[in-house]
Amino acid sequence: MQPIIDYITSYLGNKTQTPGAAGNLFWAFVYILLVFLGLSVAVIAMNWLERKILAHMQVRLGPMRVGPHGLLQPIADAIKLLLKEDIMPAEADGFVFWIAPFIVVLAAFTVFVVVPFGPTHAITDMNIGILFMLGVSSLSVLGIVMAGWASNSHYPLIGALRSSAQMVSYEVAMGLAVVSAILMTSLHGLGLYGAGGVGTGDTGTLSMIGIVQAQQEQGVWFVFKFFPLGLIAFFIFAIAMVAETNRAPFDLPEAESELTAGFHTEYSGFRWSLFFLAEYSAMIAVSSIAVTLWLGGWLRPFPNLLHGATWDLVFNLFPGITFLFLAAICFYSTARMPKHPYFKIQTIGLAGFGAVLGLIGLALFVPAVFIRVQDIYWFAMKVAAFMYLYIWYRGTFPRYRFDQLMKVGWKILLPMGLGLLILTACMGMRSELRHQVVEPLWHRVANIL
Amino acid sequence: MNPPVATPFFFYLLSGTMLIGGILVITRRNAVHSALALIAALLAQAGLYLMLYAPFVAGVQIILYAGGIMVLFLFVIMLVNLERAQKERQFNKQWLVGIAAAGALGGLFITIYTKGKGIFPDRPMPASLEGTNTQDIGKLLYGQYMFAFEIASLLLLVAIIGAVVMAKKRI
Repeated sequence: MQPIIDYITSYLGNKTQTPGAAGNLFWAFVYILLVFLGLSVAVIAMNWLERKILAHMQVRLGPMRVGPHGLLQPIADAIKLLLKEDIMPAEADGFVFWIAPFIVVLAAFTVFVVVPFGPTHAITDMNIGILFMLGVSSLSVLGIVMAGWASNSHYPLIGALRSSAQMVSYEVAMGLAVVSAILMTSLHGLGLYGAGGVGTGDTGTLSMIGIVQAQQEQGVWFVFKFFPLGLIAFFIFAIAMVAETNRAPFDLPEAESELTAGFHTEYSGFRWSLFFLAEYSAMIAVSSIAVTLWLGGWLRPFPNLLHGATWDLVFNLFPGITFLFLAAICFYSTARMPKHPYFKIQTIGLAGFGAVLGLIGLALFVPAVFIRVQDIYWFAMKVAAFMYLYIWYRGTFPRYRFDQLMKVGWKILLPMGLGLLILTACMGMRSELRHQVVEPLWHRVANIL
Repeated sequence: MNPPVATPFFFYLLSGTMLIGGILVITRRNAVHSALALIAALLAQAGLYLMLYAPFVAGVQIILYAGGIMVLFLFVIMLVNLERAQKERQFNKQWLVGIAAAGALGGLFITIYTKGKGIFPDRPMPASLEGTNTQDIGKLLYGQYMFAFEIASLLLLVAIIGAVVMAKKRI
């Protein structure tokens, strides 16, 4: 018994390594469970938020019946989906039809192995981090193609063809934007290739944690580096990632007005819910790539402008304040609930939910707690901003036509990405030249004069 | 120190998957099933690269072959009329040549396996390469092997232009 306890506690004092890097299987497993749990909660929350926000954008109320303000609607939906009859078309290709949703879900969840929620809060850190994320998430298109083909039906086939064409096209632009961000990790201004991430010598890094640490060392988020080059790369990625996850305004593969539901038309019940789960977790995955590469990952905002112990403390209190704010909204809604006895249980439930949120918020004011979770908080908040953008796009933009989609991908984003890559390299060389050639020369001239 | 991941169990698992995948590729009648078996084989190959402590090559294998090329394969196969393809003969009559080629390759492997001790280094490679694998490859490609790398990229460029010229009648 003692060796097991020793093994478990041996990681606890470790403040520099992820459980994967420390080789501790137990904590790696705990982290996997936590990430899976967090993702599931996030998908459920997204389901509710998307309906509510979209409804309010269209001056509707959205779900109001199940639970106060429809809070229990996602759970009711999940129960409905699990109880629904599972239908497989008679002419479908059984094995491929069966395995396709699993491939999509596996690809969407596996990428979270390397997502850095904090310097030590990741399941593991890989030398090829970002490459792994892009590679594994590109496998999900295989699942979509298989689902569309195996259904043996026209709408799914057309949806799958559109989807694969779209994802392959936008992967190129996405890759170019990512490469220009990776290039920035090595352009630090010392030596010819600059100092990259921690412990990588004089080269850049692909490791997700290394990329954020490079931004920390250089003192700039890559979205602001070489202004406006970083910003343009970020915009290319932000457009490509919407296309990559098949979301509005690029949701042609599941355009309901033309293709019923696209590649998952023939799926029902549990299998359909797997596609749903995969879509939302893929959205979170690409958002976390964008946050890690350009928005400083777990770093808090304004580290240069608002620094010092006081500002650190203020920013450390943010997580607790957020939860207290949510609790206050819950209590306000509780007070506004109808006083009819029919709503009694709902009112008590909402008050209880608010009390739980408030207790979490109070716990987050304990220094030992907020020191450990503040990086997770900032990462989650940045990803949440992207999730809101996804809903906003869906409420704002009309759907693209297919030829317009291809034109944007190949004729606008791809050349922009190529030019951007070259310009980023030139800017890097320029700062190197200034350090190595121009400044020494200037010193010499000044000495002579 | 972490326990090594590259145990014989994983080697046999991955190579077994590759072999079964490869056999399925040529024996399945349905072209889509063949392509899916090929994807399984390619992914197992990526696992073998990981066992050789070459994560960068494994990542590129997944992103290029499984995620890129095979998607295009499937894309084309799905447009083929499968019912007609099912009626076609699956194996052609060049099996004699095929057996001769396979026999020659197998003979080569057996010779290397039994007598090729001098070719390989007699001790295992230093294991610390994994942590900086990508950086090492980058330095080699843009330092020592710069010329070969640029020649290869030029060849690829010629191939791209050739594809465009062949696909487009009027430019």
